[in-house]
Amino acid sequence: MKGCKALVIGGSAGSLDVLIKVLPELDTDLAFPIIIVIHRKKGTDSLLADLLSTKTQLLVKEVEEKEEILARTIYIVPSDYHLLIENDHTFSLDYSEKVNYSRPSIDVTFQSAAEVYGEQLVCLLLSGSNTDGVNGLITARNYGAEICVQDPSTAQVDFMPAQAIASVKVDHILSTEAIAAYINTLN
Amino acid sequence: MPTLSAITDEQVEILIGDVLEQYGYDFTGYSRASLKRRLIRLYTLDKQVSFAEFRYKICKDSVYFRRFVEQITVNVTEMFRDPSFYKALRHKVLPNLATYPFIRVWLAGCSTGEEAYSMAILLKELNLLHKSLIYATDINPTVLEKAAQGMFPLGHMKQYSENYIESGGTQEFSSYYSASYSLAKFDSELKAKLIFSTHNLVSDHSFNEFQLILCRNVLIYFDRDLQFKVLTLFDNSLEKLGYLALGTKETTDFSPISKRYKRLETEKIWRKINE
Repeated sequence: MKGCKALVIGGSAGSLDVLIKVLPELDTDLAFPIIIVIHRKKGTDSLLADLLSTKTQLLVKEVEEKEEILARTIYIVPSDYHLLIENDHTFSLDYSEKVNYSRPSIDVTFQSAAEVYGEQLVCLLLSGSNTDGVNGLITARNYGAEICVQDPSTAQVDFMPAQAIASVKVDHILSTEAIAAYINTLN
Repeated sequence: MPTLSAITDEQVEILIGDVLEQYGYDFTGYSRASLKRRLIRLYTLDKQVSFAEFRYKICKDSVYFRRFVEQITVNVTEMFRDPSFYKALRHKVLPNLATYPFIRVWLAGCSTGEEAYSMAILLKELNLLHKSLIYATDINPTVLEKAAQGMFPLGHMKQYSENYIESGGTQEFSSYYSASYSLAKFDSELKAKLIFSTHNLVSDHSFNEFQLILCRNVLIYFDRDLQFKVLTLFDNSLEKLGYLALGTKETTDFSPISKRYKRLETEKIWRKINE
């Protein structure tokens, strides 16, 4: 796919290791933002952004509400908030009910990004042990987004990617090693 | 054509216009992504079949409109949420208010009251409750009715108790309530210092001067212009050397009031240093 306007990556258990492997291999002139929604405990925000920023030359930062979404930047969703995207390409945070027992919920961000970016959105769902993200992929598919899922056989926890593959037509099933190269082709 | 969202951006604008005209509730400054999501949620929850019927019901049925306000505003809250925040109140903020003969606190967007009762507990433990009043306000009358009852699900008490201890609480948390079936009923001594009242941050004015204003996780639902307007309202309602507390991801930075405020190091608490 060409003309990607945003890549949203969702993950739960076992996804952090994937990001640690993928980030160092990403081109540093990516013409789109990467938005990462990852389940984790409350209050570990800055640690995660700090950790990931050591793995890439791209700017890694935790989302600030109403912040403008820029290319060449990796945004981490803060713990305990849902992340929504406004039509003017700014972020909004939301402290409403958990979705799939999760806040942030991957579904919420996939759905919101799909409405804003449509066919120019790429969604990638990684390792995890629940079904958060699957409904979001279905919505994103309906809006014409490109759908990618980590190859369950290379995922630490295969349940989430396997559920996605069973529920939605997936454009690419990517092994952990293939993810970075794929993202670089979106540029 | 695949099924896309149940309510379009244009329909969101139509509803915002309707409720402003019919009821005087002004949602024009609300963040659209969140508002749209809440509208779709309500539409789905209530098994609405068409936008036209949904719209008609909101406009013509005032009972349903009350539900509309209750459901499109976010009312998720807990006691002693963000324990480190309450720790900062306990150790760095409230001791500085202890010398005042009378302490007025405004809790804006109090929802079902969990933060108001947390605040009352904190003031009691610092021996300040007897000379304090907490004005807890919300746009939504339904949640205020719940708040005034001071009863919360007993099942939540374990989490609240953990939050309380982490925030520096020194008492037995269960000493503040009595269990009644599935509910925890909080002491009337706490309730006596709470005043619950409707207040719409968008359209209502300042109603008193306070030493402490808390408004946490409300501004995130507003666009920048409305955020600045509400921060100005807080500024006009806060005494010099008073404190303003916002949510973990909210800030006074870039706003017209920022130069008069100095932030406490780690928490989202600012002190008004100039008039």
